[in-house]
Amino acid sequence: MQRRTRDQIAARVAQDIHEGAYVNLGIGLPTMVANHLPAEREVFLHSENGLLGMGPAPAPGEEDEDLINAGKQPVTLLAGGSYFHHGDSFAMMRGGHLDICVLGAFQVSRKGDLANWHTGAKGAIPAVGGAMDLAIGAKQVFVMMEHQTRQGESKIVEECSYPLTGVACVSRIYTDLAVIDVTAQGLVVREMVEGLGFDELVDISGLALRKGQA
Amino acid sequence: MINKISGSLEAAVVDIKDGATVMIGGFGNAGMPSALIDALIGQGARELTIVNNNAGNGDTGLAALLKAGRVRKIICSFPRQADSHVFDSLYHAGKIELELTPQGNLAERIRAAGAGIGGFFSPTGYGTLLAEGKETRLIGGRHYVLESPIHADFALIKALRGDRWGNLVYRKTARNFGPIMAMAAACTVAQVGEVVELGQLDPETIVTPGIFVQRVVAQGSH
Repeated sequence: MQRRTRDQIAARVAQDIHEGAYVNLGIGLPTMVANHLPAEREVFLHSENGLLGMGPAPAPGEEDEDLINAGKQPVTLLAGGSYFHHGDSFAMMRGGHLDICVLGAFQVSRKGDLANWHTGAKGAIPAVGGAMDLAIGAKQVFVMMEHQTRQGESKIVEECSYPLTGVACVSRIYTDLAVIDVTAQGLVVREMVEGLGFDELVDISGLALRKGQA
Repeated sequence: MINKISGSLEAAVVDIKDGATVMIGGFGNAGMPSALIDALIGQGARELTIVNNNAGNGDTGLAALLKAGRVRKIICSFPRQADSHVFDSLYHAGKIELELTPQGNLAERIRAAGAGIGGFFSPTGYGTLLAEGKETRLIGGRHYVLESPIHADFALIKALRGDRWGNLVYRKTARNFGPIMAMAAACTVAQVGEVVELGQLDPETIVTPGIFVQRVVAQGSH
């Protein structure tokens, strides 16, 4: 079977982001999704630190320290973009105004619980940022991640062992192996990479999955 | 004549007492009022409780205040960063207390204080470690957590321009926490890039009306 690269996962997520969507791309892997949104599709990117209509990284030498994204990297503002304060920015999330947010994850549970902010390791300094607000705020929460840890354990689990970011908040999971919806009837597989059989995916995932239509 | 312009950065922070709660604007370094923080370090107040999104970057600004040993407790959402070494060592040495709050709850707790709200039910954090021990309520089929307002004695913020009535406009994403912190503090001090005459700021685009601001100081004035 041919596993999807991170770039290919990002490209697959981008396919599901429709014209006119208000979207927040989380720090890290999800920011790659922006590279795969076709230029002719108008999508409004939101950044938690107070901008809508976020554009790409500036050309070298054009950086402005007052214009950054949630990862504190320099960005640009598209024509039509706007700035606002943190109260409004998080009202956009919590108030259900964002259509989609894309987040990375350590684990997602069968019920759509998300763990992505803290490993719970002793001595680790906890830092949550906007992760919990994003997890419960957007109309649809997409998770993109590798299907397994480096040790080969499934990151899709019956119950998360890491501390939760949000309860029953994930709508769809994109991995290097499959696209899986979290539904009231359980986890439904919409797509698998070429050469991967359903039984093999269930075996890798270590929990019950249902066959769905793409 | 009302004149909220302070003659110097030092004068603008002179009455911050030991043990005060001080909000500091900024998201990382964008919007951080570094000149006011330097003045506060020089002023010497200790045992401070600081409210900021982060816990300092590098060795300047908020990180320098921490390094000087002036901060007892920090309320923030994202202390750990690639360059948060000052906070990291204080935390591991048990020399600073951390109250971790999801970023949106932090913003709304600040806004609530400024808006006279005694508490609010937020869906953020329900069922997580950060909601442990807090009152919860099921409202319209959704779970919420009771969150309390954060009041401050002082807010130190950065704006692009201000006038002698305390009206402010900001620059790009450096706006971030400034407008809500200005509402939540008993005394808000704004470090501005430029002091302008009354009427120079378009009333349609003033972001923080002067009622929320007690002092304005040009960032280079000593």
